[in-house]
Amino acid sequence: MKDELKKRIVKGPDGFEFEVDPINDYYCDAAPKVHPPVYVKIVEDLFNWARSESIWILGFGTGCGAIEMRPLMTPRFDAYRFGVQWRPTPRQSNLFIISGYLSVKTLKRVIRSYEQMQSPKYVMGLGSCTINGGMYWDSYNTIKRLDQYLPVDLYVAGCMPRPEALLKGFDDLKKIIRAGKAEGANLYAENFDWYKANQKKVIQDWDMPDYNW
Amino acid sequence: MTFEWMKIPYALLTLFIVVNYGLLLSALIAKIGARAGRRHGIPIYQNYIDLLKNFAQRSSVTHGVMFYLGPVFRLTGGIGLLMFVPVIYGSAMFSNLSFAGDLILALYFVFFSTLGMALGAGESGHPHAAIGVSRGLAQVTMAELPLALAVFAVALQYHTLSITDIVAAQQGGILHWTVFTNPVAVAAAMLAFLGTMMRPPFDVVIAPQEIPIGPPTEYHSAYLALMQANRAIFPIAKIVIYMSLFFGGATSWPVFFLKAFLIYLFAAFVGVVFPRFRVEQSIRWFLVWAVPLGILSLLLA
Repeated sequence: MKDELKKRIVKGPDGFEFEVDPINDYYCDAAPKVHPPVYVKIVEDLFNWARSESIWILGFGTGCGAIEMRPLMTPRFDAYRFGVQWRPTPRQSNLFIISGYLSVKTLKRVIRSYEQMQSPKYVMGLGSCTINGGMYWDSYNTIKRLDQYLPVDLYVAGCMPRPEALLKGFDDLKKIIRAGKAEGANLYAENFDWYKANQKKVIQDWDMPDYNW
Repeated sequence: MTFEWMKIPYALLTLFIVVNYGLLLSALIAKIGARAGRRHGIPIYQNYIDLLKNFAQRSSVTHGVMFYLGPVFRLTGGIGLLMFVPVIYGSAMFSNLSFAGDLILALYFVFFSTLGMALGAGESGHPHAAIGVSRGLAQVTMAELPLALAVFAVALQYHTLSITDIVAAQQGGILHWTVFTNPVAVAAAMLAFLGTMMRPPFDVVIAPQEIPIGPPTEYHSAYLALMQANRAIFPIAKIVIYMSLFFGGATSWPVFFLKAFLIYLFAAFVGVVFPRFRVEQSIRWFLVWAVPLGILSLLLA
């Protein structure tokens, strides 16, 4: 564990001494909860329709596939007309695109960002790297199967998938959301221990609380 | 003076119209901006879906009481501004709760929501929020200065602090509008208008290039939806003030829609054409160009 994360005694400006435990003081350590759908089906259907037509992507380029997201915003592909837009903060986004290879170092940040997103949240894996490691299948510092660490709703195959493939991916994701099958956040909460064990297996310098929304 | 209770449902009707108009108008402006960049842009109904989706998000976290109150204050600013302004001149239905000294109250409400937002965003503890808040308050304060000077000039010109009276004085032809009788004050106020609309070149608050998003970084789910609703109301409410003070007000809804669209388009046009200012550039710009115009208008009045 890093020095700055260890418990320490801090002297305040008024001379009062108090103990700081960064990991517990700066983060929330409560496990995620399952948020069931609304009981009334017609309301949940309406909500799911709204969620599917308003996909806000977290602007976090994790691998080489991130470069394919840029043309999506520009005139040629213009994803905005499908209700897709990019948000610079995990709080406001509901889709996390893991764009290509995911190194262990990035996985740590991905987990933090994913846990900060509001449910229902979706994960899309781009390229063969997220499915089976791709060309990094025997690498010591990238992960091989994304769905062991985060619940994945949809994979877009290819190396790299072109923007058209991504647009098709959004289209399919919309169908999944409308059908009410995109419950990745609940899956994560239900199998929290399994996901955490997998994450901790690859991340050697684990200096986070178990859940840091 | 007796209070007519019927004014309350009428004011709510005004609010309903303005919310819908604001949602559609901001989508239309986004579409026009997209067309300037040769894109199709969002569908015209996208804002409604985004609003519904944010209400539909299941989980939310809070950072304290002030974090809750931030969006509420912001919305109060927007609705309050709208409620105390006669939206449609000469209409008993849409004069809302306007009264004799409402101009001062309107000026106050313009600032109130910014302060509320600053308190709420400050409690979220996110560094981007803190940076955005300090930049936002600096810029809004600077933009408020020429606006206040222009508003005082107009108040001196018409010898009244009642928005209804100011609109009344401008009736009877396009040349009676303040924009023609007192062009210096209107010029100062329109420069101030750019500063409060959070569009380029004055979007230092959300600073898309270096601290993406600023104050609302931590806002999500229903909090964000509340602020989106305010994003629809607040610019229109501000435009109503401008319309009433400088552009002869509106005597019917079609005139209102047209004038609001054109005034909004002014900010959007400047935003599409110009790149972004840094915070010190924007403040210096207001001090060098807008404030002297405001002082000049006050001297002329």
